[in-house]
Amino acid sequence: MPMLEIDNLSKSYGPLRALDSMSFSVASGEIFGFVGSNGAGKSTTMRIALGVLAADSGEVRWDGAPLDVAARRTVGYMPEERGLYPKMKVADQLVYLARLHGMSASDARAAMEHWTEKLGVAARRDSDVQTLSLGNQQRVQLAAALVHDPEILVLDEPFSGLDPVAVDVMSGVLREKADQGAPVVFSSHQLELVEHLCDRVGIIRAGRMVACGTVDELRSHAAPRWLVDAPGAAPGWADALPGARVVSTTGSRTVVEVGREPDAEQAVLQAALATGTVREFAPQRASLTDLFRDVVSAEAPSEDTPSTDTPTKTKRSFLSKGRAA
Amino acid sequence: MSTTTAPLSPWSAVRLVASREIKQRAGSKAFLWTTVVLVVLIVGGAFLAQTLRGGESTLAVGVTQETAALAESVTETASGFGTTAEVTTVTEEEGRTQVLDGDLDAVVLSAEGGTVKVITKSTLDTDLSSVLTVIAQQTVLAEQVTSLGGDPSDVSRAVAQASVDVEAIEPPREIDPSQIISAYLVGILMFISLQLCGAMIAQGVVEEKSSRVVELLLATVRPWQLMAGKVLGIGVIGLGQVVVLVAAAAGSAAGFGLLDGMDLNLGATVLWTIAWFLIGFTMYALLFAAAAALVSRQEDVGTVTTPILMLMMIPYIVSVSVAPFAPDSPVVVWLSYLPFTSPLIMPTRVAVGGVEMWQVAVVMAVNIALVPLLVGLAGRIYSNAVLRSGARIKLKDALRAA
Repeated sequence: MPMLEIDNLSKSYGPLRALDSMSFSVASGEIFGFVGSNGAGKSTTMRIALGVLAADSGEVRWDGAPLDVAARRTVGYMPEERGLYPKMKVADQLVYLARLHGMSASDARAAMEHWTEKLGVAARRDSDVQTLSLGNQQRVQLAAALVHDPEILVLDEPFSGLDPVAVDVMSGVLREKADQGAPVVFSSHQLELVEHLCDRVGIIRAGRMVACGTVDELRSHAAPRWLVDAPGAAPGWADALPGARVVSTTGSRTVVEVGREPDAEQAVLQAALATGTVREFAPQRASLTDLFRDVVSAEAPSEDTPSTDTPTKTKRSFLSKGRAA
Repeated sequence: MSTTTAPLSPWSAVRLVASREIKQRAGSKAFLWTTVVLVVLIVGGAFLAQTLRGGESTLAVGVTQETAALAESVTETASGFGTTAEVTTVTEEEGRTQVLDGDLDAVVLSAEGGTVKVITKSTLDTDLSSVLTVIAQQTVLAEQVTSLGGDPSDVSRAVAQASVDVEAIEPPREIDPSQIISAYLVGILMFISLQLCGAMIAQGVVEEKSSRVVELLLATVRPWQLMAGKVLGIGVIGLGQVVVLVAAAAGSAAGFGLLDGMDLNLGATVLWTIAWFLIGFTMYALLFAAAAALVSRQEDVGTVTTPILMLMMIPYIVSVSVAPFAPDSPVVVWLSYLPFTSPLIMPTRVAVGGVEMWQVAVVMAVNIALVPLLVGLAGRIYSNAVLRSGARIKLKDALRAA
């Protein structure tokens, strides 16, 4: 199965190291979510992949061969900073872009009609782009990335500025392209959406890939968290527990992070029971947002990139009743 | 949907970019109106030139019963001064009204004892004044000759035959008004067209940069293809505009009869103008494209294009203020030899006449030889700068970065 491979890309701007041995790969039919703080290097990676920026070292490959000018014509690209001719009609613009990618005039027109219809901007075909609302401009921008029937999609923040309906349309289109066999890479700060939509996620920090895998895989490498609802406990009751760290406290509910060793949470439960009633004691499923915060705020990148080693999925639930060890 | 994308040859990419430029520009109201206004100005100017010329050629002089004898000498003397006078006989009463209405320039009432009495509206036309002064002197002379017993007509015949025979060692080259006018027009036309095209290129480059569409384009075409397509497309548009303007100028000059009896080679002037436009356009278009790539906002275009405009202004000013009247002055000659300035001034010299064809050919060849060098340089600056947005990029950074 063809793969889009980003292999060891490095790029410096003077003393600033924008990318530091960035590597990941996306298989055909896979949606890959690319997350990281502002300035982490997401856009730089995508721009290098599209050849609008040259890397200092490293290579981008598609199906084993370097992604050269000819191969790049099969990529659908949405740049971070949206770009369309403000004073050109939507239809003319999309046909022009399709033709620049090598489509014949009649195919280009048919593709333009197809995508404007599908993305709900068919009524605005004869309007100048600058007269469109921001949301519609965004739809046209996506149409511009899709109009030449690309084999690969690279989209920089495709969801920013979209209303919920447009988000659904966009998600549907990405899924559809992936189902047709395209590798889809997109960056986003909307982590819930990424978690929901992506097959795999890469978290980058300061130009390095620090975590990469399915959300479950990433989760399995995070320290387990438990929610304890102990109404009778004095504030700060869990602060001094050995091997545990308080993540957050809301009223009588405390989220505690424990070590990975088996039954590490039992010490917390016992301490909680020691304070009186325990109404709830349950494992917390870390969201991508939690994982992202952990990874990005980590002082030094821990021995990272836990990729495809077999995850140990633990699903335990304890509700409203204490369990003695 | 079936995938029908085929590899795009570099030339097809350039052609696609060029045809977009042509379609967008030719359809823009600003471009159409500029062209219409220029055509109106040219035709209007030619019309004005014709009316001015027609208005000053004949003097309308009235004579009364008493001065009717002077009619012949008025026409003869006037033609001696290089103008024509049309004499009509009127009564003093009619004469006064016609002078007031402007139908007559003056009415001669009497000519006795060395005094010619004339009525005119406000001031007497200078040519007519000279004519009448001569007539006054002749009447005095005739009276004196008669009183001495001679025949005034013999004397005036003898006087008329007296002449100065001049032998010029280095006669000045004859430049007739049609050549001066066309030199003037060619100079203005070259400057306006080159400057309009340059502005279109600069504005187009920055439009792509400021709207960030350039990133989308460069993901599929090379920077040089984008630049070449833009220059080619705007060049076609500019050439079309020049052809329309030149046709308007040549057509109205011929139509209004401005060239009757003048030795301007209209065809050659038109062809040379178009050839020089093509060369000047190529050179300046590349400069404008490279310069505009250095900035990211329309507001900043001025700062980078001003030096280029200066380079065009100097030969332009010389071309319209000195060249038509003193085509052989050293400033004109030297500027017409140098690259960059020659496209703006050589066509003016050609229109005035007096330049050897081989000289024009050599200067043109030097300019053409510089084009590949400019293409390389401009392509390098453009490629390095066009994707860098934000602050203005220093020229030396754009040249250095690979």
